[in-house]
Amino acid sequence: MSKADVAAGILWVGATFYALFGGADFGGGFWDLIAGDAAKGERPRALIQRSLTPVWEANHVWLIFILVVLWTAFPPAFSAVFTTLYVPIALAALGIVLRGAGFAFRKSIEGLSARRAAGATFALSSVLTPFFMGATVGAIASGNVPAGGNGDAFSSWLEPLPLLTGAMFVATGAYLSAVFLVGDARRAGEADLERYFVRRALAAAAVAGVAAAIGLVELHAEARYVFDRLVDQGLPLVILSTLCGLALLSILLRPMGRNVGPDSTYRPIGRVFLRPLAAGAVVAVIWGWGVAQFPYLLPTSLRIDQAAAPDPTLVTVFVVFAAAAVLVLPSLALLYSLSQRDLIGE
Amino acid sequence: MLSLDALPLAASASNLLAAREQMAFTLGFHIVLSCLGVALPATILLANYIGLKRGDGDALELARRWSKAMAVTFAVGAVTGTVLSFEFGLLWPEFMDRFGAAFGVAFAIEGIFFFLEAIFLAIYIYGWKRLSGWAHFWSGVPMVVTGIGGAFSVVAANAWMNQPQGFTLDAAGKVVDVEPLKVLFNPATGYEVPHMILAAYMVVGFLVASIYAVGMLKGRRDRLHRLGLLIPLTIGLVATPIQLFVGDTAARAVADHQPAKFAGMECIQETGSHQTEYVGGVCTSDGVKGAIPIPDLDSFLVGFSADTKVVGLADIPVDERPPANTLLHLAFDAMVGIGTALLLLGVWFAWVWWKKRDIPRTPWFLRAVAVSGAASILALWCGWIVTEVGRQPWIVQGYMRTSEAVTEADGIWFSFGLVLLVYAALGTIAIKVLRGMSRRWREGAADPNGTPYAPPEGSR
Repeated sequence: MSKADVAAGILWVGATFYALFGGADFGGGFWDLIAGDAAKGERPRALIQRSLTPVWEANHVWLIFILVVLWTAFPPAFSAVFTTLYVPIALAALGIVLRGAGFAFRKSIEGLSARRAAGATFALSSVLTPFFMGATVGAIASGNVPAGGNGDAFSSWLEPLPLLTGAMFVATGAYLSAVFLVGDARRAGEADLERYFVRRALAAAAVAGVAAAIGLVELHAEARYVFDRLVDQGLPLVILSTLCGLALLSILLRPMGRNVGPDSTYRPIGRVFLRPLAAGAVVAVIWGWGVAQFPYLLPTSLRIDQAAAPDPTLVTVFVVFAAAAVLVLPSLALLYSLSQRDLIGE
Repeated sequence: MLSLDALPLAASASNLLAAREQMAFTLGFHIVLSCLGVALPATILLANYIGLKRGDGDALELARRWSKAMAVTFAVGAVTGTVLSFEFGLLWPEFMDRFGAAFGVAFAIEGIFFFLEAIFLAIYIYGWKRLSGWAHFWSGVPMVVTGIGGAFSVVAANAWMNQPQGFTLDAAGKVVDVEPLKVLFNPATGYEVPHMILAAYMVVGFLVASIYAVGMLKGRRDRLHRLGLLIPLTIGLVATPIQLFVGDTAARAVADHQPAKFAGMECIQETGSHQTEYVGGVCTSDGVKGAIPIPDLDSFLVGFSADTKVVGLADIPVDERPPANTLLHLAFDAMVGIGTALLLLGVWFAWVWWKKRDIPRTPWFLRAVAVSGAASILALWCGWIVTEVGRQPWIVQGYMRTSEAVTEADGIWFSFGLVLLVYAALGTIAIKVLRGMSRRWREGAADPNGTPYAPPEGSR
């Protein structure tokens, strides 16, 4: 394995963390968006807000990590992607601004209508942002980004596969978020909310599953190189993802009972596996995608080794990644653990 | 007939202006928020420390309030900072393509600092209720360190654009070797980094103090206001003299390393010794009009002797001269003028404090503090105008022109217009939210931080 491959691996690790945690935060915004009117949506929205508030900014930094590693370790790929897919990328950036600002302002602005406007901005942009990010990724996987950049600004991503990938990003985030919120509702002793998010996790899983199945057909039609490797070298990961998804469904479909709560001794079997299984299904897909387009960064126009920066730069990226593993990961674990034990919060 | 070849050129010239305007605007917006991210944690922790050490409830209350305000400014800063990362690719893709491998090194390091800052900021801001006093205080300390580390990395990247080194180009202009430490510790890092970190501490110190000065002018003379003025003002006033020293060193280094920038900011036309220092005025190719001239001072400031030779614009090739010399010159003078005025404010305060252990009793002192916040932000912007406009036409001094770096994408004017609209709304709402918080604290009302938008209590 060359240094360039390791750097690409680091990029994928960043993408994995961002998909899991950033993706779930976007999903929270999706459930907020469709939670209904103020009275009906009050409690789910409050739960979503409590879960997101202390962690969303830290989760967002994975995106910065991805961008920085991409432009430092693979500058031509960064330039090619940004000069071709600038429309969905700019729309995603707009969504990031509106989502973060909407979320921050919703808590502290005065007046019901102003809070609703801020909340709607947050929720709507939580759907549009992952959609445009997905369209960007789908366009790259489809092989629509030429190595030299400046590909067609619209036809590069206004195609079935990129748009479907955008929808898959939204559904996957919603699915992850619903599964995470099941756990948060359980911890808060809110049994009805737990059921509420179990139902939503099932629905999102179904949509993500259908989108993935159509995606495979489209992948076959539009990105043959990636498809062929996905069902060959990537097959174990595809199977792993499917198994995780099925195991998760079987747990979610068990009857919950009515006496679920912090004081209850009743615990449905397997609930502790919900989060690992949901994460496992998503991680397997991301790495399956990586394996499928190897050794290309931009299939099939730019290989990892062609795009890589000189060795000293790659080594610096390794050192930074090692520092992140030693400093950032334990700090993140501390943040999540404090948040899950309700030691931090408003 | 219009040649077809000329079209892409015209489009890219128009793109260049739009991209530069958008970059300047978004950077100017973000830099105020990043100052808050760099220096507000230390200000808050100082109040927190005083509160814990002396059992001072007012100081603790100030720390709690400022951290609530920081939650808002950090969120806005996180997203506007993300926009800048996107703009590297959306506006300057050729720059990233050619030099990302070299100067990206600084940003890779910045990523770690930003990560840690976001994590510990969340723990600190949301840890007030359930963490014990000192554990909570220490959870905030990493914010101070990472704020400084983040500022170091980002400004080192900018310093590299002014003093590029630590890379080897092949015949095609591609970066084939990189020395990361030379990139990080380029000649401009030594003065740009401390200059910016001190600027952040000045902006935060004077900005927070100015809010309490306004309150005191409105008759709110309680202990909370006095403390809210004294803690940040002290930070700002301590940073100011150090800043003037660092800035003076920076200006001399610029005269040495980037003579075109220095000639632009000082309006020097002809190379020679005994250069006059012009304060204010309009730059023309015949010299400076309407300025206050101080004979020999410019040469003296550059080399501690009136015989020091300083390069004039006439000796710089026309296509390598920085644009908008009057803007550069006035920005430089405004920055230095504001810094000097803030130094005098500090001397005034220190004298009275030494004599009476109290802030000066005249409302003129409070008025001066009240404008110091806006003035320090103005000085910050002026400093960046000098750095960035003064480096033009280069994006990487001596290696790449800004016109070569810009994107060929369509719609940059449209995106600039959209950015103006969105940021105007963002800024307006952020200020409205912060003012609302301040009013609620004053009235002792609860923050509306319950459920996102539950129906009003009475309606159920």
